[in-house]
Amino acid sequence: MNWGVAIPLIIFLCSLFFFGIYATKYLKHGPDFLQEYFLGGRNLGGLLLAMTMVATYGSASSFIGGPGIAYNMGLGWVLLSMSQVVTGYFTLAILGKKFAIISRKTKAVTLNDFLRERYQSKWVVIISSICIVVFLFASMSAQWIGGGRLLESFMGLSYQSALLIFTLSVLIFVVIGGFRAVAITDTVLGMIMIIGTIIILVGTIIAGGGVPNIIEKLTVENPNLITPFGADGSLTPLYVSSFWLLVGVGVVGLPQIAVRAMSYKNAKAMHTAMIIGTLVTGAIMLGMHLTGVFARVVIPGIEVGDTVMPQLTLTILPSWLAGIVLAAPIAAVISTVNALLLLVSSSLVKDIYINYINNKATDQFIKKLTLSVTAIIGILVYIVSIEPPDLLIWLNLFAFGGLEAAFIWPIIMGLYWKKGNAYGALASMITGVSSYIIIDRLFPDLLGVHPVVVPVFLSFILYVVVSLFTQYKKPIQQQQIIDKFWYVSK
Amino acid sequence: MEQKKLDPRYKVANREALIGVGIAMINFFIWYSFAYGLGSKPVEEYQFIFGLPSWFFYSCVLGFLIITVIVWLVVKFLFSDVPFEEEEQ
Repeated sequence: MNWGVAIPLIIFLCSLFFFGIYATKYLKHGPDFLQEYFLGGRNLGGLLLAMTMVATYGSASSFIGGPGIAYNMGLGWVLLSMSQVVTGYFTLAILGKKFAIISRKTKAVTLNDFLRERYQSKWVVIISSICIVVFLFASMSAQWIGGGRLLESFMGLSYQSALLIFTLSVLIFVVIGGFRAVAITDTVLGMIMIIGTIIILVGTIIAGGGVPNIIEKLTVENPNLITPFGADGSLTPLYVSSFWLLVGVGVVGLPQIAVRAMSYKNAKAMHTAMIIGTLVTGAIMLGMHLTGVFARVVIPGIEVGDTVMPQLTLTILPSWLAGIVLAAPIAAVISTVNALLLLVSSSLVKDIYINYINNKATDQFIKKLTLSVTAIIGILVYIVSIEPPDLLIWLNLFAFGGLEAAFIWPIIMGLYWKKGNAYGALASMITGVSSYIIIDRLFPDLLGVHPVVVPVFLSFILYVVVSLFTQYKKPIQQQQIIDKFWYVSK
Repeated sequence: MEQKKLDPRYKVANREALIGVGIAMINFFIWYSFAYGLGSKPVEEYQFIFGLPSWFFYSCVLGFLIITVIVWLVVKFLFSDVPFEEEEQ
């Protein structure tokens, strides 16, 4: 075991545990268990809100996968990754106040609560829950495997024991602390990500003999590395731009991000979060991906992209500092996993069990059920991850696009278009997911854009057309929904 | 019969959502035009700022900072503070 690296990491995991316990102090006094556990009592301030959004969004791919690709593709991939800056402000600006107001009006705690109130349809909620459970379970296990692999390579443990340590540390504070613990730890994790990014970027620039020297060496090796078109010239402007939809504006449709737009205290918190979120997202994405490109000069000849960052860190930094920097990707993985775990358990307990199976359950029972379901899902993911399938990034990206295609229009149009109804939402979700799977599997190069683009357009058209065609089907119900969502009685 | 009126806060919310779309469009424009405007030249003609190719510096470094400042200004001057909690009836 590599103690020099392991000790800072262990200190880090222990301090997370401490924060989880700190957060539970609030949980005991909270008036409403579900709202407290799943939304932190709708009480997040600006810094916490920004950090929990950044940390939930920033995952293993921002710290390991992405920089690894940048290592091979050059500055063009950094350009692509910078499309993610938009997530820092866009989600909050679009969902922003309206989502916060409506979720308070309807007492919504989860995304499904919102969809149920807005569309008054059992099927919308069931399909949405299935999407959440299936896609998030997939991306959760991808992150889980990533977390295990990271611990394995940094600490010199076997994969199995690394995975076990990872599982325990995640479960302890998610189960104990709920959303607030996740948000508070996310803030710490976000700070670690920023510090880690700065250290590794500066260290790499020094090790490479300064930026001009690094760029010169890259140009000598392959001039394409410093163009926007990628080492092999394959990054067309159209293809790169289409990532604005996948990892930029489309993030509005990710349930784990959207639910955070219900969780804040007041308008001021949202405003502060937009500024901090933009700054932090941009700094992390720019710093990590640029480091990936620069690493090509410092440690040339690495074959597997995913090993670039761990190897770079262990090469250029003293081991205690490496321990701190390597805590950043672990932090990113843990914070993403936390959010996903909570969301999956809230879908099962709140959206399915309480709504459709047993709506007379006592508070005490709901509390026990929530905690055990969260723990059981965590253990299930652990079991799946022991013999991991070799599809880490694919699984993760697939879930990403699938969720966006399913949810983006039912959320946005539900908030801003009165005529949107359950039929439109159902058509949009089914079309979005199925066309995404078909295009991703059969026509990945359709029109030269990322496979998520066409499904997002199709699901928009279906939402509008079907809603318009069915607008006279349930006029009274639709009027009640509009009254509740749009009007106030004087 | 009860009188209905459109929730006045929605006017603010709609306006701010549109502003969000506006910022994203400016962001995309800066990002795209610098990257492909300056970056499409042959590499021998590249200029460098702080050692980075100028297309990259303007699009990804300066562009990012400009957007952060725009978000800050917009939030400070164009976004308004509205109450979220319903008054108890």
